[in-house]
Amino acid sequence: MSDKNVNRTVRKLLLTAVCMFAFGYALVPLYRVYCDLTGRGTARVAEADAGMGEVDAGRLVTVVLDTNTRDIPWTFKAERHKTKVRPGELSEAVFMVENRSGRTVTGRAIPSVSPAQAGVYISKMDCFCFDEQVLAPGESREMQVRFIVDTDLPERFSSLTLSYTFFDVGDSAPAGAQTGQKANS
Amino acid sequence: MSYAETHEHHHDDHDHKPTGLGRWLFSTNHKDIGTMYLVFALIMFFIGGAMAMVVRAELFQPGMQYVDPQFFNAMTTMHALVMIFGVIMPAGVGLANWMVPMMIGAPDMALPRMNNMSFWILPFAFTMLLATFFMEGGAPAGGWTMYPPLITQLGDGFPFLIFTVHFLGVSSIMGAINIIATIFNMRAPGMGFMQLPLFVWTWIITAFLLIASMPVLAGAVTMLLTDKYFGTSFFIAAGGGDPVMFQHIFWFFGHPEVYILILPAFGIVSQIIPTFSRKPLFGYESMVYATAAIAFLSFFVWAHHMFTVGMPLAGELFFMYATMSIAVPTGVKVFNWIATMWRGAMTFETPMLFALSFVFLFSIGGFSGLMLGITPADFQYHDTYFVVAHFHYVLVTGALFALMGGAYFWLPKWTGHMYDEKLGQLHFWLSVISVNVLFFPQHFLGLAGMPRRIPDYAVQFTEWNMISSVGGFVFGISQLLFVWVIIKCIREGKKADEQVWEGARGLEWTLPSPPPFHTFTIPPKVDEATAHS
Repeated sequence: MSDKNVNRTVRKLLLTAVCMFAFGYALVPLYRVYCDLTGRGTARVAEADAGMGEVDAGRLVTVVLDTNTRDIPWTFKAERHKTKVRPGELSEAVFMVENRSGRTVTGRAIPSVSPAQAGVYISKMDCFCFDEQVLAPGESREMQVRFIVDTDLPERFSSLTLSYTFFDVGDSAPAGAQTGQKANS
Repeated sequence: MSYAETHEHHHDDHDHKPTGLGRWLFSTNHKDIGTMYLVFALIMFFIGGAMAMVVRAELFQPGMQYVDPQFFNAMTTMHALVMIFGVIMPAGVGLANWMVPMMIGAPDMALPRMNNMSFWILPFAFTMLLATFFMEGGAPAGGWTMYPPLITQLGDGFPFLIFTVHFLGVSSIMGAINIIATIFNMRAPGMGFMQLPLFVWTWIITAFLLIASMPVLAGAVTMLLTDKYFGTSFFIAAGGGDPVMFQHIFWFFGHPEVYILILPAFGIVSQIIPTFSRKPLFGYESMVYATAAIAFLSFFVWAHHMFTVGMPLAGELFFMYATMSIAVPTGVKVFNWIATMWRGAMTFETPMLFALSFVFLFSIGGFSGLMLGITPADFQYHDTYFVVAHFHYVLVTGALFALMGGAYFWLPKWTGHMYDEKLGQLHFWLSVISVNVLFFPQHFLGLAGMPRRIPDYAVQFTEWNMISSVGGFVFGISQLLFVWVIIKCIREGKKADEQVWEGARGLEWTLPSPPPFHTFTIPPKVDEATAHS
């Protein structure tokens, strides 16, 4: 055995490890290419973002935005009560929430869609309901839902209701909830 | 010709070792570091085991009994992380540290200081991981697979989890580099690659798997970290990312990882069975090639962990057939072990009992793995207790039983004392019966539709869960006996000679028991009798 041989082996192996780390990151563009080729996964989101998806221009669906609170001292409103969207198009709805109480409150919104049969045709890309919301006393916040109504939505549905109910989840909220909100906004 | 005879002229003062804590903290000796790895693994085994006991206690009956759901999920998650990265992997590396230099006739590992570092990273990493229990938001509870977006909702513990994974990755890559550098450069003259004991061979291949797959995991968790704190969107759909991509990257690491856990176990069993069958290993070369084939194929089957995410049909078929094809080299190994025993003069000491139960029970885990690999069937089995039963058969009665067999096999060599054979066999029988009571019913639960990682269940699952929990408690308590056997062996075991087992072959058995602090400072002569077993 000689130290030179050992050093050579170690250098080669270290290089392999570094290359494999880089390969992990190379999987990201490779995955995009794969999705573009097969029309899966991210491809749809990317198209929706660019407004290039299959948009049904001849059709408008009314989405009613319904807001409720349950045992939580918050005011929760939608910016507009209803909005008209084209199937296939990425749409956004804005909500306002305000903490009326004198204490920090953690809340979580539970979504529901009616009629229930239409639920599968709405995909939420981003939603304030994915995370717990922590509001300081008197704090107010603007929150978004970004969603796509599927072009396959049967003709009999001309109007959908997207409903949210905020619940107080108590003090057990993880501290990371707020950062999660930041990353999504 | 014994070691003492050939080395009599060579006894100068290098047998001196530092004493006290310094001996362990600053150790560069492969035997001491191997011991530390093994003791560390044993301690973590009881920590991870305690978590499993909480899980089984909560699942003893339906409804919520002792813990809240968040803590229950933290238990399942941490149990997995501790058992995989804190028990099976360090125990394997510990055995490699102890045995590889002695098996190839090298004086020590090629990089003794790096060896020290790769061990001492582990206690720090696991202190960090276990500290998350006391943090805001609690310990990781999103499953050991760390799927986003759930895992990024973890509280203050999140960066600790990520950096723990980084540390463990660094430690195992350094360990792997060390093992390969040792085996490639420091074999005794006459010890060619095809004369290496099979345990050494399985470690060469495991080390390459580690070097190729751990960096990919490091990349994946780094992406999670930047997604949460630095505004990237690798896995956030709203930013153009895709959470499913994490599963692809994770399992590209994850599947080779399961072979990292099991290949050293194959190596141990391939040492034990020939010894107690008093016959050379059947089909040595095919064993080497089968191990290499398993390792190679393991990089092309990752998506069988995620058949249900929505893949093109061609993809599902590809991953199904690739998965099935791994059964071929694995079958070669199982048949070789059986052929080794064929017409051998077999005896059934504790290591052999563990090795035999390994062959039988690991095969059961392999067969349920084949069932899971069938795409259409997997849609029913996915994320049920059937999966839990499957991977516990390959990891507990597979990897862990082989490690325990290895511990009994080499304990007399390490300590210079025989363990108590009666107690060892009692430990074996308690373990093998209770482990089947523990995991076999989980097959039925899974097929009946009980989902994994849920603290409560429908009442029709009660009986099998109770039986499984009872098996779990007995298995847990039985392991205390293992500790007692080790302590008793060190303190009052009968003196062991250098041969220890009648049928043992290989360089490590030419050394005295226990071997001196430094061994093979003069390379030994390798002949037919001391080449691979």
